Amino acid sequence: MTTTTQKHDPVVVVGHPRRSFKRWARETGWRHIIGVIMSIFAAFPLLYVFSASLNPGGTLVTANSLFSSFNFGSYVDLFNRPQQPYAAWFGNTLLIGGISSLGTVFLGALAAYAFSRMRFIGRRVGLLTLLLVQMFPQLLAVVAIFLLLSGISEIFPAIGLNSQIGLIMVYLGGALGVNTYLMYGFFNTVPSSIDEAAKIDGAGHARIFFTIILRLVAPILAVVGLLSFVGTTSEFVIASIVLIDPDKQTLAVGLYQFVSQEFSRNWSIFAAGAVLAAIPVMTLFLFLQKYIVGGLTAGSVK
Amino acid sequence: MTTTPETDPGPIRQSARAKRATRIADAAAGGWKLVAVKILALGVVDAIAIFALFVLVRGEDWLIAGLVVAVTLLVNWIYFSRGKLPAKYLAPGLIFLAIFQIFVLLYSGYIAFTNYGTGHNSTKADAVNSLLLSSQNRVADSPNYRLTVLEQLGELSFLVTEPDGSVSIGGEERPLKDVNNAQLEGGVAVGLDGYTTLGFQDILGRQSAIASISVPLTDDPNDGMLRTPDGSSAFLYTSSLDYNEDAGTMRDKNTGITYSDIGTGAFTSDNGQELLPGWKIEVGLDNFVRAFTEESIRGPLISVTVWTFAFAFLSVFTTFALGLFLAIVFNDKRMKSRKYYRIIMILPYAFPGFLSALVWAGMMNQEFGFINTVLLGGAEVPWLTNEWLAKGSVLFVNLWLGFPYMFLVTTGALQAIPEELTEAATVDGAKPWAIFRFVKLPLLLVSVAPLLISSFAFNFNNFNLIYMLTNGGPRDVSAGVNVGATDILISMVYKVAFVGANRDYGLASAFAIIIFILVAGIAIISFRRTKSLEELN
Repeated sequence: MTTTTQKHDPVVVVGHPRRSFKRWARETGWRHIIGVIMSIFAAFPLLYVFSASLNPGGTLVTANSLFSSFNFGSYVDLFNRPQQPYAAWFGNTLLIGGISSLGTVFLGALAAYAFSRMRFIGRRVGLLTLLLVQMFPQLLAVVAIFLLLSGISEIFPAIGLNSQIGLIMVYLGGALGVNTYLMYGFFNTVPSSIDEAAKIDGAGHARIFFTIILRLVAPILAVVGLLSFVGTTSEFVIASIVLIDPDKQTLAVGLYQFVSQEFSRNWSIFAAGAVLAAIPVMTLFLFLQKYIVGGLTAGSVK
Repeated sequence: MTTTPETDPGPIRQSARAKRATRIADAAAGGWKLVAVKILALGVVDAIAIFALFVLVRGEDWLIAGLVVAVTLLVNWIYFSRGKLPAKYLAPGLIFLAIFQIFVLLYSGYIAFTNYGTGHNSTKADAVNSLLLSSQNRVADSPNYRLTVLEQLGELSFLVTEPDGSVSIGGEERPLKDVNNAQLEGGVAVGLDGYTTLGFQDILGRQSAIASISVPLTDDPNDGMLRTPDGSSAFLYTSSLDYNEDAGTMRDKNTGITYSDIGTGAFTSDNGQELLPGWKIEVGLDNFVRAFTEESIRGPLISVTVWTFAFAFLSVFTTFALGLFLAIVFNDKRMKSRKYYRIIMILPYAFPGFLSALVWAGMMNQEFGFINTVLLGGAEVPWLTNEWLAKGSVLFVNLWLGFPYMFLVTTGALQAIPEELTEAATVDGAKPWAIFRFVKLPLLLVSVAPLLISSFAFNFNNFNLIYMLTNGGPRDVSAGVNVGATDILISMVYKVAFVGANRDYGLASAFAIIIFILVAGIAIISFRRTKSLEELN
């Protein structure tokens, strides 16, 4: 709404007294029109889902009258459905996403440190292999992952099918690859004279890594952690075949099944679930967008 | 390293001393905490490995047990020996990578050469067993065996007092064995040392588990099984199938038809009727042959492949075009409040993708959706159920999802192009369009080309969007596999393997291998183009 008033903002005209309205329209006015159209296009679905969530007992039909009621009943209902344990899904998603992204950052940083600071046989081949491996997502092997885990669960039910630890392990399999490459580039920007100075002062390799290097590369660790968290929390394919009990599922699996079972009936409850699920990810994103975009471009252009 | 190099008699001695000095420095600097953490972590790994070995050896899985031993020894060797620093840092990630990325890809390759799937899940012995079990009928004149249910280490056993008074014990897949030290009560065995006797309440609580147990009477499955309806008396059940182990054939006693193993992974009668479940066999290139010759599979496979490429390409193209357009529009310093537009336009990128697809699926619903009922005033446009409209809708929703990323990236790239170039071109008399077309665009493409390739790769496997928005539909009814008009390769693999009653892991893996080869082709081409390999080192 602020954008439409901007169009007739007198300050603009006063600020450039010699610029006529015609000239203003030709230079920046049309840009504002496009901006408003694109903002509506971008934000409308989100407003729609938010409005649907405020209409308890609402269906797809009632969701069409936007903001006709303002009631948080659906958010309460959401947590009182034994068939769809939303609270458990939410917790599981944060847990699985958190542990996986921490593990990914740690494993990736270890590998990036080795590639960046050490010279060993197979280093070049190793880097090339990582580049190649990242072209083949784990999704491709989803059948084999399923059969491998069902084989494991005959021996160790704790880390096989229907186990969150098993799922996290599968996600950690993808920890090296694109992440290591991103970090490798960043590690190279930290001058190795720092390591050498620390070495002369008597620090061992582990101390250099944990207390010096990790702190210097913290920005890239944050980016990788966030990207992997976002990726894991919306991952559906592997989570849907590994997690069977409703209590163990993640938001992506649970909400999808919820919608596909009763598509138009409980739309407002689904909408409430969607809004809550989006909040953590969107908050992180909007706060850290500069770093994310920076990290994305830097990593890929390298 | 060494403080007194001039006193060293020879170069060999010197390097040995230098090494020792480094080692001492390293040990001194590491601190006992790090050593403690290292020992603790290795202790946990070893404990898990030993537990795993215990279970594996009991289950006689020698191959996997060997692998566990080898990996554990390797890990201990790496971390307990001196030096090998790169290995110490790389090992944890590489182990996960090896199992859950590389091994599973190779394993997919193996599965593609089998008939693994519904009805072909297990070994031949398991198939024989479950066939005999599933065709059991109670023998009409079966004697009444008195029964007590026992438990040991979570496993249930039947303690059976036969009509002649002899006592024996057995369980699922453990044929009856005579025992002579059972506690008797009124001629009926009620307990055995080392086992717990289940009381009436326990039996009631675990009724279904107990009712599903069938205890073989002897080693020969044709002799029949004992089953109990109530937990206190058991009856003899025999199978209507008769398994001839020497000939490897199954005979149906009621109809007299003989089913034999003709190498297709199931017992098959002369007129082609199969007894299911069958078992897993290696079928060679059959799955690939089916994929390329059976018309009902080849047709969908080709159209899905074409659509996958079209979808990925058009997605990249449309999002990039819109993103670039917006970047140009908003890359004007005279314009105010660009920041606010930017934040609003980034929202679709920040909203979790799977939720966006589900929300759009609701908005595009044919009967009740917002677009049809409100925007189009009640028109029933089949956005997601008409073949071509669905394809358009998928691209449209992906445009919504993807343009913010391209907008951000191209804005960055545009701003990185030096102003002087534009000024120089203007001085030379170039019009704005010519400046864009011949100066900015080429420079821009150089810096965003790798991003476009990775965006293509991402959309090539953009499972969530397709599956959540249209579920791959509308379904192609003429196809022999479960695919629809908007299915891409990866969602086809998923549906063939996991959706519906008939799961075909073998065929799905064959499809996955085909994708693998396609992706490898793309990878090679894109590597050549970007020459990113040259920058390594």
